[in-house]
Amino acid sequence: MAPRTTMPGEVAEADWRLLDLDQFDEFIRSLNDRFEVRGPVPTSDAIVLGRLRRARDLPIGWRDEQSPGRYRASDQGDDEYFGHAVAATGPKTELLPARQVMWRSEGRGGRLKFVEPDARSRDLALLGVRPCEVAAISILERVLVGGDYHDPHVDDVGRGMFVAVVECARPAATCFCSSMGTGPGIDDGFDVALTELFGPHRFLVRIGSERGRREVARVTSTRAHDTDLVARAEVLERANQRLTRHVDREGVATLLEHNVEHPMWSDVAERCLGCANCTMVCPTCFCTDVHDVNDLAGDVTRLRTWSSCFDIDHSYLHGGAVRTSMSSRYRQWLTHKFSTWWDQFGSSGCVGCGRCVTWCPVGIDVTAQLATLHVKELRDVDSRVAGVS
Amino acid sequence: MNRHPATRPTLAVWKFASCDGCQLSLLDCEDDLLTLSEAVDIAHFTEMSTATVEGPYDISLVEGSISTPDDVRRIHEVRAQSKTLITLGACASAGGIQGLRNFAAAGSYTRSVYAHPEYIDDLATSTPIAEHVTVDFELRGCPIDKGQLLEVLLAHLARRRPLIATSSVCEECKRAGIACVLVGRGVSCLGPITHAGCGALCPSIGRGCFGCFGPSESANTNALAEQLRRVGTSDLELSRLLHTFNAAAPVFLAQYRRHADPNPEAT
Ligand code: SF4
Ligand code: SF4
Ligand code: SF4
Repeated sequence: MAPRTTMPGEVAEADWRLLDLDQFDEFIRSLNDRFEVRGPVPTSDAIVLGRLRRARDLPIGWRDEQSPGRYRASDQGDDEYFGHAVAATGPKTELLPARQVMWRSEGRGGRLKFVEPDARSRDLALLGVRPCEVAAISILERVLVGGDYHDPHVDDVGRGMFVAVVECARPAATCFCSSMGTGPGIDDGFDVALTELFGPHRFLVRIGSERGRREVARVTSTRAHDTDLVARAEVLERANQRLTRHVDREGVATLLEHNVEHPMWSDVAERCLGCANCTMVCPTCFCTDVHDVNDLAGDVTRLRTWSSCFDIDHSYLHGGAVRTSMSSRYRQWLTHKFSTWWDQFGSSGCVGCGRCVTWCPVGIDVTAQLATLHVKELRDVDSRVAGVS
Repeated sequence: MNRHPATRPTLAVWKFASCDGCQLSLLDCEDDLLTLSEAVDIAHFTEMSTATVEGPYDISLVEGSISTPDDVRRIHEVRAQSKTLITLGACASAGGIQGLRNFAAAGSYTRSVYAHPEYIDDLATSTPIAEHVTVDFELRGCPIDKGQLLEVLLAHLARRRPLIATSSVCEECKRAGIACVLVGRGVSCLGPITHAGCGALCPSIGRGCFGCFGPSESANTNALAEQLRRVGTSDLELSRLLHTFNAAAPVFLAQYRRHADPNPEAT
């Protein structure tokens, strides 16, 4: 196909489009014809992932305030569609449900019959998920589908899934995506990426796949201009300035390796409840338990449920658990997330969404814990330097 | 699981100092109870039927705490007649709400409750079953969860480990997709130190957990108490939260003592 010519000031039609508010609503409705659309929706006091049938279902006008151990979200009454940051719950539940029946066996008349659970009836579309969450989805897929072991459920959902990501204009105080290279903007890994722009209120749409192109083509949209791209860059620039937490993504892996014994581990254990909220809300924590349960009729269900490295049972080997202290459990978690994940899966296990910081009931902040190690490491270097001179 | 009557294990249900709520949970199993009665012989369950069959019993379910001299004698008898002894509820595992008398002046509760305290022959304390006899499995809750009760019985009959988590309520809360009430609204919640099992019932309706399943495995009560103080919970409220159905559970008791007024009469 011959390349289309663009007018001066217009950007390539192939990659960027504009939707006004009505067209955006139309886009969500149109996706609903083919997908089960899920995205951020307001509940009485939090924004969670829920069913989206029209634009009005979004938390329009809502803002969230997130800090270690504290979350507040409320309707501010304005018309900003995505004025909030990452929601309380995310797409992990879709790929890896908190409680999932893997199969059932029915024993009738001396015969065993195995029954697989029903497959999802419609493909899933995620709309309004954030760049860090898209990064987390690809990590989950790499871990659960990409290696030697292949999880058919994750694969099924992942293959069909349509991703309409929204770039972040107002990151929360707990976010550190820029450190982890996952946000606040996004360049790939989506079907479409949306940026909310004002004056006039509109959405800049970036096409990321052929399927994305087809879905956008089903509704009326207009051409984007380079001024829209400039506006987008400004949104992302302001978002970057709002990001106050930082982690040295690659340096921290070695730092952890060198600090297996450090007073930080026992200090944090004084405060850590071992409650597992951090791992449950983390979009990349994938640990599960598998159990067989029988009922009175003799049928057996194989269940898979989220579990956590903060549980004593998680390290249960023959004869007992190996990680009995809370410091060893916290160390296992933080070290796997930020260090040994690189060895195992070739990336960091953290995407910087900040959920574990916000939703830790006592406000333990991974970025602060890692910074504590840094201070000690620097002192070590100083004393070595001092020793030499 | 339908077994011939002659080969069915026998089940007995015993009541000690308790409100009967846990036994009611067994009755509440309704249809499942009928099916269960095809797998076990319900030999002694006076809340269901006055007809009882003599021991010994394969499984005994014990509700309640040890609160009278007669209880002490009876629990040894029950143990001697039972292959497996499973306790039900907070009374049996921690002494129950009546365990509050353990911390009051001797006889003061009896005097304030009964018109004729001279007829009451009780012990100075209410204590868990495990303080008196060996317990094979403690099912927590006030009351217990009927699903968990069935699971324990089924697992026992199938000779497998029951699927009963010892982790905190928070895990159930997060699996249910509930936004944390402590983080999201500053509501005092004992979920992080409370044994799972209820399915995060209270957080699911927007209120804080009040600890009816007792302490979870490795409960860091002090760290939670400090956080609850930060969100505005007073020492008085903390002491009350920790001093209910599981007041006598050592982990809750130790934390309670950090917040309770040592001299309540003085205020
Ligand atoms: S470790 Fe924390 S910040 Fe990192 S991805 Fe998990 S929840 Fe998000
Ligand atoms: S770090 Fe926080 S959320 Fe994680 S287990 Fe400890 S107290 Fe719970
Ligand atoms: S609401 Fe309570 S039980 Fe649920 S996560 Fe928060 S602290 Fe834990």
